[in-house]
Amino acid sequence: MIEMQDIWKTYADGTHALRGVSVLIDRNEFVYLVGPSGAGKSTFMKLIYREEVPTKGQLSVNGFNIGKLKQRKIPYVRRNIGVIFQDYRLLPKLSAYENIAFAMEVIEAPKRLIKKRTMEVLDLVGLKHKHASLPAQLSGGEQQRIAIARAIVNNPSVIVADEPTGNLDPETSWEIMNLLEEINFRGTTIVMATHNKEIVNTMRKRVIAIEDGLIARDQARGEYGYEI
Amino acid sequence: MKFSTLLRHIREGALNIVRNGWMSFASIGSIVVSLSILGVFLLLALNVNKLTEQIESQVQIRVFLQLNTEQQQIDEMHNVIGNMEDVSQVTFVSREEGLEILRENLGEDGQDLLEGFDETNNPLPDSFTVEVVNPEEISFVAKKIKAAGEAASPNPLMSVKYGQGTVESLFKVTTAVRNIGLVLVLALGVTAMFLISNTIKMTIFARRREISIMKLVGATNHFIRWPFFIEGALLGIIGSAVSVSILLFGYGQLVQVSQLELGLMMIQLVTLEESGLLVGSLLLGLGTLIGIWGSTISVRKYLKV
Ligand SMILES: Nc1ncnc2c1ncn2[C@@H]1O[C@H](COP(=O)(O)OP(=O)(O)OP(=O)(O)O)[C@@H](O)[C@H]1O
Ligand SMILES: [Mg+2]
Repeated sequence: MIEMQDIWKTYADGTHALRGVSVLIDRNEFVYLVGPSGAGKSTFMKLIYREEVPTKGQLSVNGFNIGKLKQRKIPYVRRNIGVIFQDYRLLPKLSAYENIAFAMEVIEAPKRLIKKRTMEVLDLVGLKHKHASLPAQLSGGEQQRIAIARAIVNNPSVIVADEPTGNLDPETSWEIMNLLEEINFRGTTIVMATHNKEIVNTMRKRVIAIEDGLIARDQARGEYGYEI
Repeated sequence: MKFSTLLRHIREGALNIVRNGWMSFASIGSIVVSLSILGVFLLLALNVNKLTEQIESQVQIRVFLQLNTEQQQIDEMHNVIGNMEDVSQVTFVSREEGLEILRENLGEDGQDLLEGFDETNNPLPDSFTVEVVNPEEISFVAKKIKAAGEAASPNPLMSVKYGQGTVESLFKVTTAVRNIGLVLVLALGVTAMFLISNTIKMTIFARRREISIMKLVGATNHFIRWPFFIEGALLGIIGSAVSVSILLFGYGQLVQVSQLELGLMMIQLVTLEESGLLVGSLLLGLGTLIGIWGSTISVRKYLKV
């Protein structure tokens, strides 16, 4: 569960990226973040996975007070949040399998579990047969699937996806969306920023529109709402 | 920390050294150079120390008495000197014994000089040979003895002498070796540390993608930092191991080659067995410390979470 109360984020250069945002995102919700470029969507997500700290206001994620989180507790909060980016961010020298297993190794998961669970998520994203491929040997869609597999391998309760289909063609984008919907169906909260009108309008999930650092609209089964 | 985690960190640290190639080589090289110089100074200091000890054990104060001093006053003086805190031993040397000793010391060539002197016309006075507990106190003790003589009347002492020059200049050499060594070691140690910290900085930059993903998926700071500390420590250990090997091998050769010649001069070098453990463990410890220090600096500076 994510709860924001009057959240402000002012960057060091004085930019007010968020200017008093209050919102409640429940367990197992699927939320689209929409809005013009520079509105504050990425900032909204960075606060959730504690890449940035709110300048003012209360933010709690899975019961942790993010604003007052002690440095050494940050890793444990992040283990419960999976993050996906537009540019995949895979490690180029590691195979698909190794990229996923890496996320378990660095939190010191038991060895036996790593192999079992990594194969499991590889299967879930439909790329078991490509486990030995390097990122450069995979298509964009396949790379994003591996990135998704890496994000879910530690069983997070929340997935934060910043324009995950931004670099993909429509057909591949739909494959990714189906995968995310499947993950959401299995019980993971998903917060996804997107500029993809077709996807938002077709899926009909909750839509939060951010404009100029403020919530402009919050609809249960919303639409994209902007002309492209 | 789990054992498997430790193994992983060590593997990562070692891999980073290989990946950094030339930079690692330069760091190790600078450690080798600085520690070797430190080692040379250390061995030098050990040897000067030993030499000083050899000479110190021979330093004594010679107290010459006035001719015709009464036996009672001689005994009194003997007691006064013997009771001084810093004095370990007083021996009375009669003028006859003095002549004997002089004969022996001058050897065959000197026999002519003493020709014609015997008990009847012995030019030497009676004397005391005084040994002190702490050789550095020797001039202090000599002064005290002089003062004691002046306090008595008549003053039974003719003169108080000791190997002023030798001892003092040896102490000066020891201090100089120590100071120059310290300054050099500090300067070189800092240079080596700086090079290592630079190497670690390179590693951190080369691996920033990996680090950012580690942070993203919730690796702890400790987990992220360990490989860098290990890399620094390994650089230090490798460098110091190389320098210890070179140094001790070289020194062993030196001891062997010089043994005969120095032996003739009654000088004995510190043996490899005596110095090896001290020099080895000190350099190894210092190298490791420099390595960890260097990586700590870069980790603090460039691994913000
Ligand atoms: N690190 C930063 N330092 C200063 N200003 C920043 C920083 N990051 C973002 N901003 C500014 O904050 C505002 C919100 O940026 P943000 O990235 O959240 O927008 P966004 O909604 O994700 O935009 P887009 O749709 O283009 O990705 C922008 O004006 C941006 O320039
Ligand atoms: Mg953005």
